[in-house]
Amino acid sequence: MSKEEILNMEARFERYVAEENKVEPKDWMPEKYRKTLIRQISQHAHSEVVGMLPEANWISRAPSLRRKVALLAKVQDEAGHGLYLYSAAETLGADRQQLVEDLLSGKAKYSSIFNYPTPTWADMGAIGWLVDGAAIANQVMLCRTSYGPYARAMVKICKEESFHQRQGYEIMMALAAGTPAQKKMAQDALNRWWWPSLMMFGPTDDHSPNSAQSMKWRIKRKSNDELRQEFIDKTVPQAEFIGLSIPDPDLKWNAERGHYDFGEINWDEFYNVIAGNGKCNRERLAARNKAHDEGKWVREAANAYAEKQRVRQQKQTSAA
Amino acid sequence: MAQASEKYVLRLADNILILGQRLGEWCGHGPVLEQDIALTNIALDLIGQSRMLYQYAAEIRNDGSTEDDLAMKRDVFDYYNCLLVEQPNGDWGKTIVRQFFFDTYHYYLQEFLVNSSDQRLSEIARKSFKEVAYHAQYSAEWVIRLGDGTEESHQRVQSSVNDLWTFTGELFTPDELDREMQEQGIGPDLDVIAANWNKKVNEILEIATLQIPEETFMQSGGKQGEHGEYLGFILAELQFMQRAYPDMKW
Repeated sequence: MSKEEILNMEARFERYVAEENKVEPKDWMPEKYRKTLIRQISQHAHSEVVGMLPEANWISRAPSLRRKVALLAKVQDEAGHGLYLYSAAETLGADRQQLVEDLLSGKAKYSSIFNYPTPTWADMGAIGWLVDGAAIANQVMLCRTSYGPYARAMVKICKEESFHQRQGYEIMMALAAGTPAQKKMAQDALNRWWWPSLMMFGPTDDHSPNSAQSMKWRIKRKSNDELRQEFIDKTVPQAEFIGLSIPDPDLKWNAERGHYDFGEINWDEFYNVIAGNGKCNRERLAARNKAHDEGKWVREAANAYAEKQRVRQQKQTSAA
Repeated sequence: MAQASEKYVLRLADNILILGQRLGEWCGHGPVLEQDIALTNIALDLIGQSRMLYQYAAEIRNDGSTEDDLAMKRDVFDYYNCLLVEQPNGDWGKTIVRQFFFDTYHYYLQEFLVNSSDQRLSEIARKSFKEVAYHAQYSAEWVIRLGDGTEESHQRVQSSVNDLWTFTGELFTPDELDREMQEQGIGPDLDVIAANWNKKVNEILEIATLQIPEETFMQSGGKQGEHGEYLGFILAELQFMQRAYPDMKW
């Protein structure tokens, strides 16, 4: 195709998505659209998989059998989300094996929030309530994203995430209504997770260079700042309802705007954690690498066995 | 009407809670995402089943104890799980072999318990049996895959079979309580379970090109509360919250 033809195709593509049509795997799409989506979907998949670790950390220590079962189920759902998302990325021509390699080598990114540690049980509540809450704000928007397989994966994921969020909030509620020791644990977790949760929406709009193009392609439909504000407006009353305080002295309702005003986010911390200096960056990647390396012989055995079975079946068929 | 003793129900419950606890250690660390999910699923089933049994044991005890009191507030010598389930995960192959030995036993046990003269145990077994049958199929398939996979996988899994064999005798060695339960039609004749188990295990190991170990000394004591050193560490994690924050609601 000539350069002019490509430009024409791109203009048509932009009109096509602007009219709220869905792009399907076999449709023509700009190469940059494909690459942007592969990056975004695989990062999302990696986040689900790495995100299993801080919570799996508490499975053996959950305070009751009911909570243990719920937590196991939740972490298992996350693994399932990872699978759907890798599949969605594969519809764009990506190779799951390669995507995983990129995660393990540190080339691909995952959500920085999972580099924060989970030292107490209340972190299971805070992650469900705040981290899943922030993720949902983003994911509800993605249910209407322009790429069909991604949008459909999101619909399924959103249902489960909402359940996780309620479950997390319920953990916090039980702690907040409990003994002073339990309430202290809940407040401590809120103090640690509040600001990192706000950072999950990404840099402010004036510092988010890729956003405009993603909005134009209808991959993204709301800006980082809009989503962040929605999350804050929704979450503050939830904290008040259970008697926990948001660790932001500048937080106050602005009647004129119809939104909460909030304090300055510490972006140095955000970039620092992205750069690898969070408390658990090393552990998270090391754990993924260890699982992958120690699983190598298992994957090889499964492949070897499948191959032997194939040959056996072939022999049987030809003998018959 | 026949009713199992509290201790017998705790034996059944402790086996699957401790095994579920062990399997939970794999969550997020499996060799491939699909198998991570599969193993977590088994953990989930087993711990879910253990809850029904602990609730029943709490009712038999009838002193206001809850499922969590029973699951999380006893010391090592009051846990009655068999030694097999407290063994460390080791590599994926060892976890699979442990699972296969236990699942096969669990399958025949549940098959009996479906018709136990203790109505509650029978109901619980009915609810669990499908899951248990699936576990047995899953672990048998993996034993075959690993045994008949590569040379490395064959060696690894054979060495796990050899290591864990010593813990299988206990499953079928009846003590007074087992005999009492059998007499009342509550529990099975362990000789019958052993015969079925041996047949199945022989069949699967043969397909997997694995050898049954030579005559091995059989360890015992778990189901009477005589454990090795591993269980205490499992309990340290299992019970941490209940011990650090006693008598609170979660």
